[in-house]
Amino acid sequence: MLMKKGAEANLYLEPFARVLHRAGEGKVLVKHRISKRYRILEIDKQLRESRTALESKLFVDAKRAGVPTPLVYEVDRTDMRIVMEFIEGRQVKLVLDKLKPKARRKLCELIGRQVARLHRAGIVHGDLTTSNMILTRDGKVYFVDFGLGEYNPSLEARGVDLHLLRRALQSIHFRITDQAYRAVLAGYKREFGEGANAVIKRVEEIERRGRYVPKEERAWH
Amino acid sequence: MLCLGIEGTAHTFGVGIVDSRGKVLANASKNYVPAKGGIHPREAAQFHAANARVVLDEALETARVAIEDVDLLAFSAGPGLGPCLRTAATAARALASWLDVPIISVNHCIAHVEIGRLTERAKDPVTLYVSGGNTQVIAFDAGRYRVFGETLDIPVGNCFDVFGREVGLPHPGGPTVERLAREGNRYIPLPYVVKGMDLSFSGLMTEAVRKHRAGADLRDLCYSLQETAFAALVEVTERAVAHTEKKEVMLTGGVAANKRLSEMLKLMAKEHGAKFFVPPMELCADNGAMISWTGILVYKHGHRQKLRETGVKQRWRTDQVDIPWRIG
Repeated sequence: MLMKKGAEANLYLEPFARVLHRAGEGKVLVKHRISKRYRILEIDKQLRESRTALESKLFVDAKRAGVPTPLVYEVDRTDMRIVMEFIEGRQVKLVLDKLKPKARRKLCELIGRQVARLHRAGIVHGDLTTSNMILTRDGKVYFVDFGLGEYNPSLEARGVDLHLLRRALQSIHFRITDQAYRAVLAGYKREFGEGANAVIKRVEEIERRGRYVPKEERAWH
Repeated sequence: MLCLGIEGTAHTFGVGIVDSRGKVLANASKNYVPAKGGIHPREAAQFHAANARVVLDEALETARVAIEDVDLLAFSAGPGLGPCLRTAATAARALASWLDVPIISVNHCIAHVEIGRLTERAKDPVTLYVSGGNTQVIAFDAGRYRVFGETLDIPVGNCFDVFGREVGLPHPGGPTVERLAREGNRYIPLPYVVKGMDLSFSGLMTEAVRKHRAGADLRDLCYSLQETAFAALVEVTERAVAHTEKKEVMLTGGVAANKRLSEMLKLMAKEHGAKFFVPPMELCADNGAMISWTGILVYKHGHRQKLRETGVKQRWRTDQVDIPWRIG
């Protein structure tokens, strides 16, 4: 069953038994990077192959770093599909505003800690928004989309990562942005340890750059 | 009501005359062509100053109106090259105060979108605006035109122009690259850079030049350069379409003249069940008519400006402008 038609891939929710093994139960998520007719075969193949391989590796390495991610069951590098665990829970996007302040702070701290774990493992997520995070019944937060992730240990990449999360908070959770972001940073600092402040300073620097903050408007000439 | 609009953000000096029902009565322009190299801002500005009168007269003649019939003056206040913007602004202020009519500052990027919505009857498109000076994916959301993706370094048109210059093609490089690309068919791998919603073309340009110096066939190189740059542009546009779930896609800006880019976007739009629009080329390139029409929209929705508030804004962002004529 087609669950979502994204720009880069289609997401299907399928019975485990049908996709993997008849003895299996429950559901799996199939992320299919479909061929795009608008681009030439050489580029199409290269992009789909490298992104499928990279994303499945990121899922595994993120999990190893202590960040809940779906289990990868199968990577099909001919048809460019990743078959993975379907995580049941609620999108953080839909619950964050409704939580009581204390619970919200805890959730944001946990998100911050997980981002720090990724960064320490040399991974940046590339698309940190609350719609890519699933809160499960036992209180875990799963990061479910690494489609824009990469291995990049630079200060700049980490700064951009946190900046994107802040932008997501500003656009989706505009009523609670500041307290949520503060809690994210608190969790990030605690987990990252020494060096966290350099990243946070870089975020401020990124936000001061012309692309996000308009330069002072010129006087009348 | 007749609005006279002056465009002068970069190499084009344009004068358009549009009435309040959206009829384009005139759209005259002259383009500065650098003797060598790229656009020299001061020389371009001098070109505008020297040609302003000729272009103005041509517009009035085509529209068959007298200058005294003009009710409103609009000009491109940004974003663009400082000297060019100031020249166009000076012309607009002089005319507005002499005629004693209101003056309106227009955002150049938004004017590109609005003239396309007017002529193509597009209601709410995701717009890919690509030229020598700008590369943006624009869509309307919550009262503003939001930028859903943009270049982090050079615009795609500039990428082609500089590449062309480096390998000995005439300026502007785009049309020649397109012609040569049709004769190429062997893909030479080049860096494809999409960062989230944003794009980057400087590494692509450098690598293409390097490959040329290493002896790669120019036709194959033009083909590969175009395919790589356009695939990235279409992918970012597609992300915006998937995210906003809008059912219209529009292509505009000088690079809209490229048939291959148009064809690729059309395929993408079709896959999402979206309609695809490209305005006529004279309205895709920088022009005065789009400034006039947007000036009318701004004025009709109650905006008024004093002369002293008509300073140019070189880095005026698309998402800084309130859009009261659209709901949402």
